Amino acid sequence: MPANKKKSSSGFMQKNSQLLIPLVAILILIIFNLIRDPSFFSIGMVTNNDGYPVLQGNLISIFNGASELVILAMGMTLVTAASGGQDISVGALAAIAGSALVKVLKSTEVITPWTVALGILACCAVAMLFGAFNGTIVSVFRIQPMIATLILFTCGRSIAYWINGGATPTVSSPIITAIGSFIPGCPVPTPILIVIFMGIVLGVLFKTTTLGLYVQTVGINQGAAKLNGINPVAVKLLTFVILGVCCAMAGTIGMSRLSLINHETLLLNVEMDAILAVAIGGNNLGGGKFNLVGSIMGAYAIQALTITLYAMKVPSTDVKAYKAIVIILLVVLGSPVVKEAFRKLKNQISAGRFLKEKGAA
Amino acid sequence: MTVNTKAIGQVRREKISNANLLMYISIGIFAAMYLAGILIWGGGFRKPQQIFDILNNYAYLIIIGCALTIVMITGGIDISVAGIVALVSMVDVMFLKGRLLPAEGMSDGVKVALAACIAIGIGLAFGAVQGALVAYLDIQPFIISLAGMFFARGMITIVSVEPMQLTVQEEPGILDIIQHRIEIGFLGSPNKKGVMIPARIEIGVIIAIAILFIIAVMLRKSRIGRNFYAVGGNRQSALMLGINVKRTRFTAHLFSGLLAGIAGFVFMMHNVSGNATNATAGEMDAIASSIIGGTLLSGGVGNVIGTFFGVMILATIKLIVTASGLTKPWWQTITSGAMLALFILLQSVVLANRGKKVKLPGWMKLGKG
Amino acid sequence: MEDGIVLTMRGICKNFPGVRALQNVDFTLRKGEIHALMGENGAGKSTLIKVLTGVYDKDAGEIHVDGIDGAVTIRSPQDAQDKGISTVYQEITLCPNLSVAENMYIGRQKGMRVQWKEMEKKTGKLLESLSIPARPKQQLGSCSLAVQQMVAIARAVDAECKVLILDEPTSSLDDKEVEMLFSLMRDLRSRGVGIIFVTHFLEQVYAVSDRITVLRNGELVGEYEVQNLPQVELVSKMMGKELEGLSDLDKAASANASSGEAYYEAEGLSSSEAKPFDFRIAKGEVNGFTGLLGSGRSESVRAIFAADRVTGGKVTVDGKVKNITKPIQAMKAGIGYLPEDRKRDGIIADLSVRENIILALQVMKGFFHPLNRKETEEFADEYIKALEIKTANQDTPIKSLSGGNQQKVILARWLLTHPNYLILDEPTRGIDVGTKTEIQRLVLKLAEEGMSVTFISSEIEEMLRTCSRLIVMRDRKIVGELKGKELTQSNVMYTIAGGGKENAC
Repeated sequence: MPANKKKSSSGFMQKNSQLLIPLVAILILIIFNLIRDPSFFSIGMVTNNDGYPVLQGNLISIFNGASELVILAMGMTLVTAASGGQDISVGALAAIAGSALVKVLKSTEVITPWTVALGILACCAVAMLFGAFNGTIVSVFRIQPMIATLILFTCGRSIAYWINGGATPTVSSPIITAIGSFIPGCPVPTPILIVIFMGIVLGVLFKTTTLGLYVQTVGINQGAAKLNGINPVAVKLLTFVILGVCCAMAGTIGMSRLSLINHETLLLNVEMDAILAVAIGGNNLGGGKFNLVGSIMGAYAIQALTITLYAMKVPSTDVKAYKAIVIILLVVLGSPVVKEAFRKLKNQISAGRFLKEKGAA
Repeated sequence: MTVNTKAIGQVRREKISNANLLMYISIGIFAAMYLAGILIWGGGFRKPQQIFDILNNYAYLIIIGCALTIVMITGGIDISVAGIVALVSMVDVMFLKGRLLPAEGMSDGVKVALAACIAIGIGLAFGAVQGALVAYLDIQPFIISLAGMFFARGMITIVSVEPMQLTVQEEPGILDIIQHRIEIGFLGSPNKKGVMIPARIEIGVIIAIAILFIIAVMLRKSRIGRNFYAVGGNRQSALMLGINVKRTRFTAHLFSGLLAGIAGFVFMMHNVSGNATNATAGEMDAIASSIIGGTLLSGGVGNVIGTFFGVMILATIKLIVTASGLTKPWWQTITSGAMLALFILLQSVVLANRGKKVKLPGWMKLGKG
Repeated sequence: MEDGIVLTMRGICKNFPGVRALQNVDFTLRKGEIHALMGENGAGKSTLIKVLTGVYDKDAGEIHVDGIDGAVTIRSPQDAQDKGISTVYQEITLCPNLSVAENMYIGRQKGMRVQWKEMEKKTGKLLESLSIPARPKQQLGSCSLAVQQMVAIARAVDAECKVLILDEPTSSLDDKEVEMLFSLMRDLRSRGVGIIFVTHFLEQVYAVSDRITVLRNGELVGEYEVQNLPQVELVSKMMGKELEGLSDLDKAASANASSGEAYYEAEGLSSSEAKPFDFRIAKGEVNGFTGLLGSGRSESVRAIFAADRVTGGKVTVDGKVKNITKPIQAMKAGIGYLPEDRKRDGIIADLSVRENIILALQVMKGFFHPLNRKETEEFADEYIKALEIKTANQDTPIKSLSGGNQQKVILARWLLTHPNYLILDEPTRGIDVGTKTEIQRLVLKLAEEGMSVTFISSEIEEMLRTCSRLIVMRDRKIVGELKGKELTQSNVMYTIAGGGKENAC
């Protein structure tokens, strides 16, 4: 499938150079892994503990493992575009949301699908509330997002700790396990399904509302947006609330994977990865135009890199250092200066090479 | 709900610039908090040693706070500083334990001096690479320094997976040097048995205060210092005014790296340990201190004296929370967060009421002369 | 180098991808002269200036500067400054967060230390000698725009420049300030500085310049002495054709309409920026607010559109009392507003021409009713054709269009909402003469079709040509109203200057 994408991308690339970086990143990783170990891409069916056939393989781990990151990157893209800054409290907010969910689940005696649904609703509500808190500071008080969200970044995980009264409670319920791994009978990991669901929800939102246009307009020129009848405060607030929902979903997945909530480690440092995904996706961190697909590809590229490093037996603690090198290589390749240099180089040799290629063909 | 700007004509002529006003507010709040500490909770607050303890514990934070202030004045950000601190402290501890290079025959003093050089070297290397990428390749500083942070934190476990500690059994001489404390008798206070214990200051504090002073003078009096402000105020204008913007941004990051390296050495002297979790989230504390001290992330405004008081405020909050009996582990951070929120909103309201929106400098408003 | 010549540029070429910005352009500047550089938008004025100041590298050609042997290469603005070429741009290129004194000296000090005392003393002297009303220690951001501009000039003067480039320095100054600037320029001329003066205001060129160089489409048209080039000829040289339609436009319909039924009426309308005022406009009328910059003319129309916070007043639209406190309410009441500052308040720079055109209509349709792609493409096509917007295609980002075409896009945006009442604040500022006339014609055509239009312009002549009623403001108050035969340049001037009479004649 990625090979197909490559073919069709040459024409599409001209128009949409924004997707160049994530595409190149994913391509490099694919080629690298193909050379290193072609079996990296094998996908198999195995029977899990509950006796159901499920998919397994590195590709599945990448798609599964990236779920939280992809969901957060989508929300982060909107916030970045509208307010020209990043929310660094997403990890903390996911921990709060997860704790709220656990709190609801723990307060009932029997966990039924209804209590889970209620819990997820409650955790969405809590996350939206905190999202609105961030959004209010950013839009009404005009504080840069990074600073505004520094507040929750500082104390969010402590609030999560406080919600559960200073414990890391476990939840044992087949429903929660199903959310974190597989729904009986379905071979695709549930987090992947949730990502698809969130993607569809956002897609419908973009199709049925003017959110995309408003977010970009506000991000590019707030004053002009206002004079065209757009309420920039409301638009920014909305992006933060949407990000809140994303955090709630990410928190739910993260909690369900382990069936317990650990306020300290749940989605630790995920905010950095989410921002990185937005940047690798070719989005300007200063706001304005955005490309959601780019961010999603960026998120998968990050996860693919992590899984590749694991497959190469790099200890998990060292992964960061290698990741940093790859990030730097990517952004250097994508930097305006290097791009310009490449363009000049291409112009200089294009005539000669063009002739050569024709001759070869 | 935008804050009303009152009569426009009145706010034209200001004696105190916004940066200074915000700094004075934070100094005032620190004084008020500390005074409240003395009056309400007494105890430790009454002893001068309390202040020195804060300084001893947070000397490294003062230094990386200065680093962040410099970078933020130029309109950038550097979130790699705490990672560098942790990496430097690990490398230094490894070096001092002789696990990094064969160091037989060296005297302990030479070893410590070499450790300081290693710290500065690592810091400069980080600063130079990040600065070059940010300034000359025009890549967003957040991404570059994020990569820097990942790299530094990742390198720690590559250097040593196990946490490392200097111990009295193995390295008594080195500990003697780096744990040396300056004693000030007249600022001492009696302990429980009534014996006067002199006030103790670590060497790191002296280093931190010296750096604070040097950077403060540099920002005010030197050409490069003023160029930092100009570049942060309006990068395009700075270019047109004939400032070498690229070199200025590079220098800011170089300084930031250098200071982070020194902060790592100071951190190592205080904690005598290397650990992957050292100085966790220190970059955010440094950013918070700068902001509380009146530095604007949008650039062009700020100074390190304010940052110093930012660090003191953050530390005092933690003391007050503990002193007031909120001993549950989450209260310290929750109150820190609440205080940060308070400061941020205060800044917003103060700046808005002075008729100067942070984002929209006065010269952009046309036709109101 | 010839005696008395400070700068020569020969055969300058500069290409951008797809555009030949400069082709073989020559330019000569003599000692102690004010040399106007004229041309329409896209003629290559700014490119030439940017080549001269080292912002762009030239592709071909030679530059010679007095006192330097051989051709010089100018690598950066700093380099230009070192070679004696200083520039003051339209947009202030100083740092608002620094003090006035620092802005004068930053970037050209030697040594590591900043000599604050000495710097402030020297600045104080210079400001005084040039009678600029600013204090050395004052933060620049707290000075008015005009003063900031003068500080920028003072900086250039202090750098002992041989060549001073003034790029549209007067576009945000009022008449008094312009006169101050001119006397400063004459003062510098007598000191032997060669001044390159770039402007759109023809009168100002004749008021202060000695020589004119005209560019068109990146090519040199010629160099002329001012006294040998009548204004009409200059315009035709800039446009490359004999100017048509500068004769009186027909505004009879609008004049007749002015006594008719009111579309919009305000009593005691006030905002955070505007003092209470009464205002009315009839259906099909074109009227205008005039007055000096800062007289409150822009603030008044902003209050009508609720662009600033409305603080009081009773508004009647089409016979119904309306509450208009947000732009969206004004839009729903059939009012459109083209803002004064196109770059800051008008264009959404990174968005495409299409998105910029449909924006206001989309907002009026509401958050849950997005226009589909096909509709938007049709709308954009229609208006690109109707207003002859020069753009590669609909998807071109608006920022890559010329100023005049950007303005047309914003105009299209409001026309698409089919407003009954359109407010145009400085629609012709900074755009070329040809487009200016086009916009004036369009305004009258719209009025004939029944639209009410309020028109604001700094050029009184333009106001007289288009408006059938002028509301004159001074010091944020309406001081007079002129219509019919009262509409003459001298009458307007008289009322603005404060003749005291409510209705002259």
